[in-house]
Amino acid sequence: MLNYDLVIVGGGSAGIACAISAFDHGVSKILVLEKDLYLGGILLQCIHNGFGLTKYKEELTGPEYADRYINELKKRPIDFKVKTMVLKITKNLQVQFSNAIDGFQTVQARAIVMATGCSERTRGSINLSGDRVPGVLTAGLAQRYLNIDGYMVGKRVFILGSGDIGLIMARRMTLEGAKVLGVAEIMPYSNGLTRNIVQCLHDYDIPLYLHHTVKRVIGKEHLEKIIVSEVDDNLQFIPGTDREIEVDTLLLSVGLIPSIPLVENIGVKVHPKTKGPIVDESMMTNIPGIFACGNALHVHDLVDFVSLEAEKTGEKVARFIKDENAKSNREMKVTPKTGINYILPCQVNLDNTESITFNFRVNQPFSSVYLRILLNGKVIKKVKKAFMLPAEMETIELPSALLEAGVLEMEVANA
Amino acid sequence: MPDLICIVCPRGCRIQVDENLNVTGNFCKRGETYGRNEVTHPMRMITSTVKIKSEILVRLPVMTDRPIPKNQIFSVMEAINQAEVQAPIKIRDVVIKNVLGLGVDIVATRNVEK
Repeated sequence: MLNYDLVIVGGGSAGIACAISAFDHGVSKILVLEKDLYLGGILLQCIHNGFGLTKYKEELTGPEYADRYINELKKRPIDFKVKTMVLKITKNLQVQFSNAIDGFQTVQARAIVMATGCSERTRGSINLSGDRVPGVLTAGLAQRYLNIDGYMVGKRVFILGSGDIGLIMARRMTLEGAKVLGVAEIMPYSNGLTRNIVQCLHDYDIPLYLHHTVKRVIGKEHLEKIIVSEVDDNLQFIPGTDREIEVDTLLLSVGLIPSIPLVENIGVKVHPKTKGPIVDESMMTNIPGIFACGNALHVHDLVDFVSLEAEKTGEKVARFIKDENAKSNREMKVTPKTGINYILPCQVNLDNTESITFNFRVNQPFSSVYLRILLNGKVIKKVKKAFMLPAEMETIELPSALLEAGVLEMEVANA
Repeated sequence: MPDLICIVCPRGCRIQVDENLNVTGNFCKRGETYGRNEVTHPMRMITSTVKIKSEILVRLPVMTDRPIPKNQIFSVMEAINQAEVQAPIKIRDVVIKNVLGLGVDIVATRNVEK
């Protein structure tokens, strides 16, 4: 059996950043396992620019951003294996994997980080009715076909869901000569970054239909047309609003879900909102020694935030491996209230950290409001917010000195 | 003039540009330049891929090394789609020099060793 201090599952932006940081904080034997042909993960198919503004103060494309991290990783004696599939993880921290060179192997780790990213919600998960024909696929898959493999998936395209990948693909398909007929979003607001609405849709006169969705897909051998309808405030179809659109491709950009079946199966508790693991201040799950970061923990809007979170996770994992964590526990539970969809971490041992960075999302768009933070019922912080959108993750850092055991609540209040 | 949304960074400031090209509502200096350019001569970066002869990849990701005029986007895409390169390639290697005489190069955005 192989032995490593730390095994990281996934060699994308989260896995690489976590490995570098854990090494720099004193973990010497690290193994990164990646299923694809090369390190870098989804960044490699995100050929558009806009990455790295927070982290590097310059605007990079996905492959360039990945390259910087891969270079940093390769400067350190960190082991990694590509074309390698992790098959099983056990509660006593063993990882079983296989690949063409090593065959089937088992590694005993002292800590495991899930940096497995997320997967796209599919046709089945939104109960899209109609014919089961080729031509209906997820936006990220179409992005991989186009940007990595060099295949166009269609010429007349409609996009369901206004998530960022859908918007980016609307522009990308247009540039490559396809006609993108529109983007439908069931909610009354867009789920993508505002800048992507502008530079991907407005720039190319692609209409965005808010409060609309695809009612039915129709085709015999291949997708031929779709029925798009308006919905009311209860998201029910409004009669008489059907419009038929001839398309050969329907791209779905209807949400992402952390990809953690490997650990869900062995009892890692899943957050009802993020669908990722429930974690403490160290990004550790309820199974001691199993951590998560990046999109496997919760879906991020920007890779910069993934890197920062993964670096912090690497530091916390190092503390765990070196047994430097506090033996006492002053526990503070973290609870979302009015207007807040979720907050991570969900619980904090105040003895274990000098400050805590909370990541959270609101559950509807807000403008000119206050973010109020309450500790055991008393307001300890009030922050004025000009805008808060569900599509944009919010972050707030609080020093542990300001906090005490009990319950921390966050809510949105009118100015 | 209508409100613009700055696309320089993910912050997405809502900015206003008046008749004298004064920009307000921007958080940073780059928003000022963006606002002024956007009402006089809008510019955009373009990213795409070109064919590559390589043992590992079939498409090489590329980009314009500077923004190009918005109305030249589709002509530049045509030029990009004609190009073909041979590995090895390094990030920032020039794939098309001075594309369409715009004074902008198309450069690689991924290292391909072989």
